[in-house]
Amino acid sequence: MSDVTHEIPERIPIHIVVNGVGHTLDLVPWTTLLDALRDHLELTGTKKGCDHGQCGACTVLIDGRRVNSCLTLAVMKDGAEITTIEGLAKDGTLHPVQQAFIDHDAFQCGYCTPGQICSAAGLLAEGRARDADEIRELMSGNLCRCGAYPNIVAAIQQAMDRP
Amino acid sequence: MNAYVGTPTSRIDGRAKVTGAAKYAGEFSADGLLYGFVVEATIPRGRIARIDAGDALQVKGVVDVLTHAHRPPLADNDDAWKDEVAPEKGSPFRPLYDDRIRFNGQPIALVVADDWETAKFAATRVRVEYDREAFATDLESEHGKAGKLDRPHKPRGDAAAALAGAAVRHQADYVLPTEHHNPMELYATTVVRDGSGRLTVHDKTQGVQNVHKFLCSVFNKKPDDLRVVSPYVGGAFGSGLRPQYQVVLAVLAALELKRSVRVVLTRQQMYGLGYRPMTIERVALGARPDGTLDAVTHEATAVTSRYEDFSRNDTGWAEQLYKSPNSLFSHKLVDLDLSTPCDMRAPGAASGVCALECAMDELAVALKLDPIELRLKCYSDRDQSEDLPYTSKQLRECYARGAEAFGWTRRNPAPRSMRDGKELVGWGMATGVWEALQMPVAVRIVLTSNGHAEVSCAASDIGTGTYTIVAQVAADALGLPIENIDVKLADSTLPQAPVEGGSWMAASSAHAVLGAAEDIRLELARLAKAVPASPLGGVDAPDVILVDGTIAKAGDKARAVSIADAMRHGKLERIEKQKLNHFAEDKSHARNTHSAVFAEVKVDEELGVIRVTRVVSAVAAGRILNTKTGRSQIMGGVVWGIGMALHEETVMDHRFGRIMNANIAEYHIPVNADVHDIDVIFVDEPDDRINRLGVKGLGEIGIVGVPAAIANAVYHATGKRIRRFPITLDKLLD
Repeated sequence: MSDVTHEIPERIPIHIVVNGVGHTLDLVPWTTLLDALRDHLELTGTKKGCDHGQCGACTVLIDGRRVNSCLTLAVMKDGAEITTIEGLAKDGTLHPVQQAFIDHDAFQCGYCTPGQICSAAGLLAEGRARDADEIRELMSGNLCRCGAYPNIVAAIQQAMDRP
Repeated sequence: MNAYVGTPTSRIDGRAKVTGAAKYAGEFSADGLLYGFVVEATIPRGRIARIDAGDALQVKGVVDVLTHAHRPPLADNDDAWKDEVAPEKGSPFRPLYDDRIRFNGQPIALVVADDWETAKFAATRVRVEYDREAFATDLESEHGKAGKLDRPHKPRGDAAAALAGAAVRHQADYVLPTEHHNPMELYATTVVRDGSGRLTVHDKTQGVQNVHKFLCSVFNKKPDDLRVVSPYVGGAFGSGLRPQYQVVLAVLAALELKRSVRVVLTRQQMYGLGYRPMTIERVALGARPDGTLDAVTHEATAVTSRYEDFSRNDTGWAEQLYKSPNSLFSHKLVDLDLSTPCDMRAPGAASGVCALECAMDELAVALKLDPIELRLKCYSDRDQSEDLPYTSKQLRECYARGAEAFGWTRRNPAPRSMRDGKELVGWGMATGVWEALQMPVAVRIVLTSNGHAEVSCAASDIGTGTYTIVAQVAADALGLPIENIDVKLADSTLPQAPVEGGSWMAASSAHAVLGAAEDIRLELARLAKAVPASPLGGVDAPDVILVDGTIAKAGDKARAVSIADAMRHGKLERIEKQKLNHFAEDKSHARNTHSAVFAEVKVDEELGVIRVTRVVSAVAAGRILNTKTGRSQIMGGVVWGIGMALHEETVMDHRFGRIMNANIAEYHIPVNADVHDIDVIFVDEPDDRINRLGVKGLGEIGIVGVPAAIANAVYHATGKRIRRFPITLDKLLD
């Protein structure tokens, strides 16, 4: 097979700010933001559930917007400000969405939870969801196999009412 | 004292989970960690003629490529590969053992590299040639080759004759498709090797001690050579009961390369693990015009692999639910070129009771009886298979409470009679049933003089809430605030526990905590009475209770010694007690949980789109240890039932013996917008016979009956009886 390449592409330096801390990374361009966070920065709070943008477990906030980090190449985000689940609590005080998830038991195994919470925080910032039906629709990119959806909706409603 | 048991206590692991601090199997790191990527077979049956890793090994950063022809030794006998929940009959799958291909998606090589991206890239450079063999993967075309099991319940009376003579008969086949668990966490193992060669295996599993024992026998290791831990498990639902192949591959690579290794499967590769087997359920019911049953027969024909016989109890549930003088059950298996099925939430019951409860609905229609009335006519106060009474059975109350909450009396029984704008409205109901199992579990409690306790056990918490209920029971038994209880789980070096499954862990772990706490109480009572001028002088040990951080006389809390004082006088910094709890064997009663499920669907008449707009699940499951996490478990089961009724199906292309929707976008599971109001009712069910706390377990009962209630609601809405699941809109438009 003469057309086969064994070459790994050249690494590219990038600088990203994650949860307020700057990081310079040398990454092969096929590295996703998700793998950069998990494997290169050891920020494993952001989860990998499918690696195909199908489950939402990898949701992070990039410049305030919720994004599937598994569909985002890290090199595309040079210079970006990223917030992960590890950056939501401030000085030991949980983000209102985090507290609401505990109050409403909006998770069981906890694996989709960081993505759900980042997505919910992004949703609140968007200001688009006004009622339970809209929350359900706008949170449907985040799968929860434990089936905590009604509790997730209740938690987001609490966070909307008590920001 | 019950300050915590029975209350809606929030999860004690909640903060770790909402902050990202909870670490799952594929998230542990180590110096010089290597990454493994699996190469899978692309044919369903045959042999590997040639496997060439030459190109892969040329990729910079690749350390090794393990195959059946290049690997360290693996056990060569079936006994070594049989884990504690392996099927009795068969020869367990051995990854990278030989050149034989048994199913499409079988792992055939592990590429190990310095980083994950490199391993993944190099995996595409492994060349494989096969000698292909004829194969079969289709249950329905192979149906005639089914082999009968000798295990289902024994027949009673003459069901065939009774059916033939019945005034009203209903018989139908219900087809339940293959389903995959799809826990959100990818299957993963990180093996951390220390300087002395000892391995810490971070594995995604429902049973660390099962995996530990399995790895020791497969790799011929001594118990101290390795340790298996899984403090957090990102869902499993049965898929993690048996050790999965990635743990074998990760340990194999760590031993061969003398390095720490992580192997994470892709979502697609997880479709090569176990699954709920496709099953054809044939149910026949014969009744008198008044609705009493004369005969029940239930025959299941299910998929298994060619190398193991997997089966569960699909067919016996009518024995528990419905009185009938005649019954006959059979379970058949068809061997196919697939991986072995495995337990998936309420294995057997989810499928079998779905068929039974759809059949009961069809019988009610034929008899012109309300479906609840029919079920009450046939209500059985005894488990007919062994003719036993129940430790408790508040199913009547479930029907009553569920119907009331749902508003069942407002139902017009005629199909297509209820409407909401352009949508047809359907109301359906069904019964659920599961077993209340309990297993030996050991717990260790270490109480320190500052009034803190560490409670430890090898049991897993797969999202079920084990951490929290263990803390609640311990806090109550020790008379301490729950904040003072530290729970350690899921480490193979901790006291004995079986796999977490079958809904048995709540009762089993709770009573193990009580056992160890009782020994702590006796020790503290002895110490407290030895304190100079003890207020407990003359009080017998049985009258001593632990409350509010003190050792006190029951009924007179003023007569008390603080734990700190008692331990200081006894010159003890810590008290450690470990106890293995066995439940007394009692074959005089049947033990079951029950539910009545009510569902409302709305069906777009033109487009066939089905929405489940309301579900009420009334559950009788003994005492509920935690009403918050318990409600969540039932709610999750209902969501699974919605998926089973309307969404979930693993679709196979039988020309290639390959799954076509091996991803989580085309294998549909319910999303947030699919789930609306779910009302969970816990019916009061005191049970002082089953165990001391009266606990039965909640993991499975939530799903059972839900698919049938929804299918019956779809019939009520549309007049169409869909017996091939899932009920997708194309089937309604046909």
